[in-house]
Amino acid sequence: MILLNLAWHSLLNRKTSVLLTLLSISVSVMLLLGVEKVRTEARSSFANTVSGADLIVGARSGPVQLLLYSVFRIGDATSNISWESYQKISAHSKVAWSIPISLGDSHRGFRVMGTSRAYFEHFRYGQRQLLEFQQGQAFDGLYDAVVGAEVAKKLGYTVGDKIVVAHGLGNTSFAKHDDKPFRVVGILDPTGTPVDRTVHVSLEAIEAIHVDWKVGTRLPGQTVSAEEAAQMDLMPKQITAFILGLKSPMATFHLQRSINNYRKEPLLAILPGVALQQLWDLMSVAEKALVAISILVVFTGLIGMLTVLLTSLNERRREMAILRSVGARPAHILALLILETTALTLLGAILGALLLYAGLAAFKPWLSSAFGLYITLGPPSPYQWQLLGMVMIAGIMVGLIPGYRAYRYSLADGLSVRI
Amino acid sequence: MGSAIELDALKFGWKPGQLVLDLQPVKIDRGEQVFLKGPSGCGKSTLLNLIGAVIRPGQGSIQLLGQDLQQLSGSARDRFRADHIGFIFQMFNLLPFLSMQENILLPCRFSALRRQRAEQRFGSLEQAVGHYLDDLGLNDRALLQRPVTELSMGQQQRVAVARALIGAPEILIADEPTSALDSDSRDSFLRLLNSECQQQGTALLFVSHDSALQEHFHRTIELNAINRVMQGAL
Ligand SMILES: Nc1ncnc2c1ncn2[C@@H]1O[C@H](COP(=O)(O)OP(=O)(O)OP(=O)(O)O)[C@@H](O)[C@H]1O
Ligand SMILES: [Mg+2]
Repeated sequence: MILLNLAWHSLLNRKTSVLLTLLSISVSVMLLLGVEKVRTEARSSFANTVSGADLIVGARSGPVQLLLYSVFRIGDATSNISWESYQKISAHSKVAWSIPISLGDSHRGFRVMGTSRAYFEHFRYGQRQLLEFQQGQAFDGLYDAVVGAEVAKKLGYTVGDKIVVAHGLGNTSFAKHDDKPFRVVGILDPTGTPVDRTVHVSLEAIEAIHVDWKVGTRLPGQTVSAEEAAQMDLMPKQITAFILGLKSPMATFHLQRSINNYRKEPLLAILPGVALQQLWDLMSVAEKALVAISILVVFTGLIGMLTVLLTSLNERRREMAILRSVGARPAHILALLILETTALTLLGAILGALLLYAGLAAFKPWLSSAFGLYITLGPPSPYQWQLLGMVMIAGIMVGLIPGYRAYRYSLADGLSVRI
Repeated sequence: MGSAIELDALKFGWKPGQLVLDLQPVKIDRGEQVFLKGPSGCGKSTLLNLIGAVIRPGQGSIQLLGQDLQQLSGSARDRFRADHIGFIFQMFNLLPFLSMQENILLPCRFSALRRQRAEQRFGSLEQAVGHYLDDLGLNDRALLQRPVTELSMGQQQRVAVARALIGAPEILIADEPTSALDSDSRDSFLRLLNSECQQQGTALLFVSHDSALQEHFHRTIELNAINRVMQGAL
């Protein structure tokens, strides 16, 4: 008890160096926990994005790339696939349902996705949950749009609002389909997946807004009004990808093989789970590097603490001699220094965790908009507790070094107070 | 009256083969106030370290209050020191980060015996602190609040006296506690120290190379006169 009191006051007495030490430890702990948090959250948010889909089909490229652009809305498709191929494959006898996906346009930084009503009936996320509407319903008319929860919240949309789709991606696209505005007819419940950040319209609508466009620009002198476009044949010619649900999972591999060998067009069919695993394998190198770096940063923080304690030790020989003279044993001196490092590490760890939570809470919207990372702020995971425990043990071990030095000093100096 | 300190055939050297002390027998009674005199470097502080049970003698025996230190284990000697010996150093006796009261109470934090004695005699630790501060002329309220680093040298040394005396240890060891004081405050300091030790029946071993102080004590021991190492050198 007296030692706690002494350690506490002694630390308070060296405020500046102690605060700086505390800061470096807490920042390093924040980094360590943060890397771990982002890593696990990224995994779970990716794993939650699509569930219940048996195959995802797109133009032939890499499985990870297809997975990323089709369901995570990260990156772009290198090429599209033809409507005929989609029609043919989705009509296969083993296929229970199919969802076409057509990407390429955006609305104020959010992606616009052309799809069919099958999307609202069959798309599942998380624990096999279907999409639910918090307002309105699925699109019906040509210029109807259904927006995700975050789109509605951020842009303040309610059912009935008019929105304009921009050609291409990016927030500041100047090419706007402003001649064919959409009406919000539905707002989805939050899902914690990229769906929240998507504006959904029908495939026909995607076709309609592009009738007077060719390779990225408006065809000069050929403006087609919204009403005229509605009268035209709006059968899609191309889509970006599609999701398949099969009647029996037994057929998955067979169908995957036949799609991959499809003659008319180079296609790629992937199993979402397998592609996700490949993504993890791909990322694990970077993850390991990040974890290693953050561990090193923690060590740097602890070494900083060691430096501060060791340099102050010489000045504190007087303090040790006084303590010895009033009855402290050398073991008390050792314990006192270990207590100080333990207190510093503990405070640093607590502060680091608090910093992390504050930071995550503050950057949560940005993480989801910039990286599609949906962070949930829960209590630390068992693994994070384990990390904290290891930091504590390392801190106590570090305390042994100045503790032992002080112990030696106090044996050698005895009661002679040296200045 | 038994003896407080008894040294017999004590020999000690910091480095092997280089004796600093080789003493003739010394005996200091309980309650006796002894002035230990000697030039710088003659081994006064070393002797206090030996009596304070911080270092072990190479040969010979040290008996404090009838207890042979050689027979005590390391931690038992630390406990013995905490229970029975008070210390005052030359200067900077106080821990800068503790309040005056906490500085004075330090021995009671490490020794249950001294806490008990202080509580028995004064009712509570706070009252004990108050008593010593009164006696030592430190009972100024404003002084109590101030960080101990802002006290004058003389005030700091008086706080150190209160700390050395609290819980009535039988032996008080003072290593040149007046060398940083001017002559006026030195005399008043010594008077206070003498009368407090008198009151509590504490044996005082006071070290200095300043012979002018010896009139304040019952007896003077000249270290070089009893140290055979020095006689050999002479
Ligand atoms: N901790 C130590 N380690 C090694 N040698 C020491 C130590 N302390 C003192 N000595 C040596 O022992 C001898 C006696 O020193 P000591 O400090 O006891 O002298 P002193 O009489 O107290 O001197 P002063 O009046 O200057 O305080 C000196 O030669 C000193 O160098
Ligand atoms: Mg000395």
